[in-house]
Amino acid sequence: MCLAVPGRVESIYEEQGTRMAKVDFGGVVKEVCLAYLPDLKVGDYTIVHVGFAISRIDEASAQATLRTFEELGLLEEELEELRAADQVEPSSSDRLQQTASGST
Amino acid sequence: MKYLTEYRDGPKARALAEAIRRETTRPWAIMEVCGGQTHSIIRNGIDQILPEEIELIHGPGCPVCVTPLETIDKALAIAALPNVTFCSFGDMLRVPGSSHDLFTAKSRGADVRIVYSPLDAVRIAEREPERQVVFFAIGFETTAPANAMAAKLAKARNLPNFSLLVSHVLVPPAIDAIMQSPDNRVQAFLAAGHVCSVMGYWQYPPLAERHHVPIVVTGFEPLDLLRGILRAVRQLERGEAKVENAYERVVTFEGSRPAQEVIAEVFTTTDRSWRGIGTIPQSGWRLSDEYAAFDAERRFPVGDIATCESTLCRSGEVLQGAIKPHECPAFGKECTPRTPLGATMVSSEGACAAYYNYGRHETVKLQV
Ligand code: SF4
Repeated sequence: MCLAVPGRVESIYEEQGTRMAKVDFGGVVKEVCLAYLPDLKVGDYTIVHVGFAISRIDEASAQATLRTFEELGLLEEELEELRAADQVEPSSSDRLQQTASGST
Repeated sequence: MKYLTEYRDGPKARALAEAIRRETTRPWAIMEVCGGQTHSIIRNGIDQILPEEIELIHGPGCPVCVTPLETIDKALAIAALPNVTFCSFGDMLRVPGSSHDLFTAKSRGADVRIVYSPLDAVRIAEREPERQVVFFAIGFETTAPANAMAAKLAKARNLPNFSLLVSHVLVPPAIDAIMQSPDNRVQAFLAAGHVCSVMGYWQYPPLAERHHVPIVVTGFEPLDLLRGILRAVRQLERGEAKVENAYERVVTFEGSRPAQEVIAEVFTTTDRSWRGIGTIPQSGWRLSDEYAAFDAERRFPVGDIATCESTLCRSGEVLQGAIKPHECPAFGKECTPRTPLGATMVSSEGACAAYYNYGRHETVKLQV
């Protein structure tokens, strides 16, 4: 029920005095009411629920969150590499500990 | 799709699960309040990649599941009246009432129409002035701005043939009730991200403090959920009880001011009965006095309704996290999405349906 999906604002128009938009959800275009986000612009991304834009997606925050994932991903790859290396080369376990405590 | 696919990355999910594993030293029970999150957790197998110590308890945040039986019966009574067009979100049609559901009413000739948005119901009322158009306004805070706007437009456009059957429920009083229950096992909450996109999370710090419970605002994609869980675990391990936002790209502390204003105009807080759980004080919204003329319960004679709940269904225990769906003896036998005994088997966000649809009934099959 609370399913709400991100989409991109394609065009904005008025219907009986209410601000509306066409929003593209990965190829499916739907009519969305902008009554609660009057300053949404074409090209913005928004979260839509039952035909209403309820929130603008903040690009800077989205990027910041993705970066935290990247760091985790890197850490994990590095750990795996090190674990593999560890089996043949004992000295690398020091590096492993450094990596593990140095991030997140 | 931008803002979706990048939050579904398998290797990053495993890295997050690994981070959770590294920080977990003891068993913890974390409740995801929202049914949409339950659905995503089961569908993506999030619960299965977590360390054994972490139990996810599925919360009551599925409006379809908690709409009281009496309200479903009222909907059925109104839909059966001559000259009424009853508009509803699609997932309410199969929710069992005492004797049948809206889908059956429709097949028996009632004019029941599925709408995608409450605005569609308003449009039908404008197009068909000779019919009484009733909109089934259910939902959590996420849906309230849309439902409130339907009432506001009907009033502004002077539509005498439009009304709403309202059964709105609220998250913070439910969290409070769960924490006050003597059987409570929940130690941290993932707060529903989309509820918070509307309401913000200014209501949560007093709850976190009163019950000494971490509350982490969390999104719906696998990486969002894992990040929310990681933050909750971190707090639990440190003995903290803070409110954190792990869905920053969508949620702000204040939420949507314009939406909160319209909600305050159209709705007023009321005690609400939750199906399977019971009455929670001040846990719902009804139409405010200013909008009383649009209240379907006043417009149509639906006063005395004797309800009759299935005796087999244990959805109340499922909704409170006391049992997992497959522990209900009727699960996958008498009760399936095609023959649901309880509302939790109907909605795709109901825990029983999520377990059934993603093959978690295997465990039951092995047991019998
Ligand atoms: S499996 Fe069916 S009968 Fe059992 S609790 Fe869920 S909805 Fe009710």
